[in-house]
Amino acid sequence: MFNNWQTPNGMSRRHFMQHLAGSSAVATASMTMGGAIKANADEMRKNGKSAILLWMGGGPATIDIWDLKPGAPTGGPFKPISTTGDLQICEHMPMVAQQMKHLSVVRSMSTREADHNRGRYYMHTGYVPNPNIEHPSYGSVIAHEVMDQRPNLEIPPFVSVGGASAGPGFLGMAWSPFSVTSNGQIRNLKMDLEDNRLLQRMAALDTIETGFSKRTRDLPASEHAKVLKKTFDLMTSDQMEAFRVEKEPEEVKERYGTDRFGQGCLLARRLVEAGVPFVEVDLGGWDNHGGIHALFKDTKLPQLDRAMSALVEDLNQRELLKDTVVIWMGEFGRTPRINQNAGRDHWARSWSCVVGGGDINGGLAVGETSSDGTAVESEPFSSEDLMTTVCKGLGISTEKTFTSKNGRPMKIAGGGKIISELVA
Amino acid sequence: MTRYSTILTAVLFLGSLLPLGKSEAAETVVPSQVTMINEMIEQGWRDFEIRPAPEVDDSSWCRRVFLDVIGRVPSQSELSEFLAAKGKDKRAALIDTLLYDDKYTEEYASHWSTVWTNILIGQSGGNARDSMISRAGMKKYLRDSFARNKPYDRIVFDLVTATGSTKPGTDNFNGAVNFLIDKVNEEKGVLATSSTSRIFLGQQVQCTQCHNHPFNQWKQQMFWEFNSFFRQTRSLRRFVDGTRDIDHAELIDEDFAGEANDPEDALVFYELRNGLTRVAYPVFTDGTAIGVSGFVSDIKRRSELGRMMLASENMDKMGVNRMWSLFLGFGFTKPVDDLGPHNPSSHPELLAKLSAEFRKNSYDLKQLITWITLSRPYNLAPVLGSNNEIDDPSIGEMPKFSRFYLRQMSAEQLYQSLVTATDATSQGSYEEQERQRNRWLQQFVVAFGTDEGDEATTFNGSIPQALMLFNGDLTKKAISTSGGSFIDRLSKTGKSPRDRVNELFLAGLARRPSRNEMTIASKLLIARKGKEKEMLQDMWWAILNSNEFIMQH
Repeated sequence: MFNNWQTPNGMSRRHFMQHLAGSSAVATASMTMGGAIKANADEMRKNGKSAILLWMGGGPATIDIWDLKPGAPTGGPFKPISTTGDLQICEHMPMVAQQMKHLSVVRSMSTREADHNRGRYYMHTGYVPNPNIEHPSYGSVIAHEVMDQRPNLEIPPFVSVGGASAGPGFLGMAWSPFSVTSNGQIRNLKMDLEDNRLLQRMAALDTIETGFSKRTRDLPASEHAKVLKKTFDLMTSDQMEAFRVEKEPEEVKERYGTDRFGQGCLLARRLVEAGVPFVEVDLGGWDNHGGIHALFKDTKLPQLDRAMSALVEDLNQRELLKDTVVIWMGEFGRTPRINQNAGRDHWARSWSCVVGGGDINGGLAVGETSSDGTAVESEPFSSEDLMTTVCKGLGISTEKTFTSKNGRPMKIAGGGKIISELVA
Repeated sequence: MTRYSTILTAVLFLGSLLPLGKSEAAETVVPSQVTMINEMIEQGWRDFEIRPAPEVDDSSWCRRVFLDVIGRVPSQSELSEFLAAKGKDKRAALIDTLLYDDKYTEEYASHWSTVWTNILIGQSGGNARDSMISRAGMKKYLRDSFARNKPYDRIVFDLVTATGSTKPGTDNFNGAVNFLIDKVNEEKGVLATSSTSRIFLGQQVQCTQCHNHPFNQWKQQMFWEFNSFFRQTRSLRRFVDGTRDIDHAELIDEDFAGEANDPEDALVFYELRNGLTRVAYPVFTDGTAIGVSGFVSDIKRRSELGRMMLASENMDKMGVNRMWSLFLGFGFTKPVDDLGPHNPSSHPELLAKLSAEFRKNSYDLKQLITWITLSRPYNLAPVLGSNNEIDDPSIGEMPKFSRFYLRQMSAEQLYQSLVTATDATSQGSYEEQERQRNRWLQQFVVAFGTDEGDEATTFNGSIPQALMLFNGDLTKKAISTSGGSFIDRLSKTGKSPRDRVNELFLAGLARRPSRNEMTIASKLLIARKGKEKEMLQDMWWAILNSNEFIMQH
């Protein structure tokens, strides 16, 4: 590898890094990306699929947003309004209502995990937590699956904005979410060193890594080499411009909302435009055991309404929505019964998720719940079903099977069934 | 003659290393607990027909035990002192020194206080401006406890029963209250219930708040019975005069009238899934009930709980399982804090026997550490070979402990190790250093936005961590070449660049460079046009960024 020891910058960097990755002891097949040069990268990027997950940490009361029960004792004070789709939603979401022709609500979500950690894991992976195996999150899986449409992507394929998302499991650290704050600022990005010297330092580092990896023969050592490569790419890439959300015009920032979620959604749009396959934007604070309706009306729903509507509108206007699936969900819903503190507690048995974009039909309400919202009265859907449908909407084969490190075959998205109304 | 003088040197050396009166211990036989661990672990290897990795070399082991016992890598002089020592008891002697020599007391206490602070209040507990927790108070209580080697059962009792103020320097300060201070007021003390049972008894009950657990012996009734022990307890905010800023908080026990407003019969209600309401009184997990009065003068519910926890075998097992996992990388169960019957253990008999020994020896944490670090599994090389290929817990296999599992240092260990490796002179007061360290650590914490304060870390081998080590301030400081810096001082020692590169590797990786590594150093020296300090800087950067540096191995 030291043939390029003194070669100048420019094209040698990529070449060099391939050597670096290839020479690390347990070279794996997945290190081949960037190998084949595709004819027209821009064209490929345009056709590349992406997904944006709006993650509602804490478990939002979907009965107050997407599946209202006016008049029922469980219904709460909000009224439904009509939308541009074939369904009604909460009156405090008027701008999203204008975008509902692009989005569908799955009202018959029925899951079993009503603990935050378990629910978050399940909704992010399609599997219940199992101490013996770490399942890859949907973000890691989708990034992994569509990466070959992105030969020139130099920034991480899975970005988590303002939150932690969930890990890459057995796919390895190279597919873990890259966590950034909603203003897109990335710590420790600049080294202020000439490229050549950085390369030479990397070469010294590689020598140490290779020796260690050979001696221990353990996996973490070879995983590290991949992360180092991605880190190096990112430090030296022009594509990092995508993170500079502050460059957007003021009026655009205002439209999304200048709060963290609004700016996060704006950042998500920029990242998808740059070709990032999976972006998760977090909006926490949905664990509303008390005082839920005042909070929804004054704070939570206006914030969500502004950012989510601006995002869908922009994606559509830029002709990105046909290739970008947008998902809105939390770890579970909340009890139809309103508790003594005017709040709602954890509830997984009957709740809603929202999905649209890509090849997914918008404007629909899929499934229904009983008149008080406590039970699903049509075919129930799971995290696996929703994600299988999302994969379908992204053109990812739902027959794909992964092999976990212990040799166990695992179907993509937990082998769920396709929600046929959404992709017919 | 030669043989005699070797022994003599060893005895003299050990004598000088150990406090008086301890030198005998180093000469005595291996503790029976160590033999027991070895026999049971070796039995597992025979059962699975695997052969363990070879014993780890002295310098790697030295680095390993420094990291695990006092939370940082050894300095060059500490390492060379250990390597120069002779005798087959030298490992035991080093453990003794790290545990009992006064010069390490502070670091020992500080390391374990950090570990336990993260377990008890998370990585971010007390950092928000409106938090009732005083992180400094939590740490102070733990530091004092570990410095005095307070028995584990006493620490547990303190944390569960404490009353007083959170913040050092306030009246009635009792740092132990910080564990429960933000877990009792909201939602009827649900967090106090689930944290106490999980952390100290290895029982995961958070789901049973709302329903019977499908594969856990805990029932919803048991949750609320356990919860009843915390219902006399309140947290009170104390504000900075004339503002709404919290200065500190106080944890108190007060009379509890129960939810039916009858303190003589202080019950709590809970709701079944089908909407029916049931009542619960304080009953421990083994079915032992205490009086139903809510008057503090009649009965202090948390004290009763503490006493029953101390009598419970689960507390012993949980303590041992956690300590084992902190040293070996995996516990006997996964997750480490779930000891329920639904969750099988890799070595159930060993866990039971070691727990019994822990209790018999008065919950002496330093003895437990001695047994673990002297045991054979802890002294193996980190090598996955053809003879123990199946021993790979990272893919879901039960650990067989036939090799030392690689794991990443904690962020705190990395921080302390960088300080040690660069021989950085501490600047500012203890509080100022703590603030700096805390600020640095916070960059890795990501919250999940739930009421339960769940959080994750990006210090997990991902890109943000790599960026920090590539370019962060801490690295910049560590590789600085300015006057008085580590590189600057190093450049003035030794006879040749080769000597100095050797020193660099010893300081960072506790070993000498390989031929390839020396070759690349000489190439770097040419590339830097003979400026040796710059070459050392480049090599040092590479060492600090290597897996070999950031891994415990």
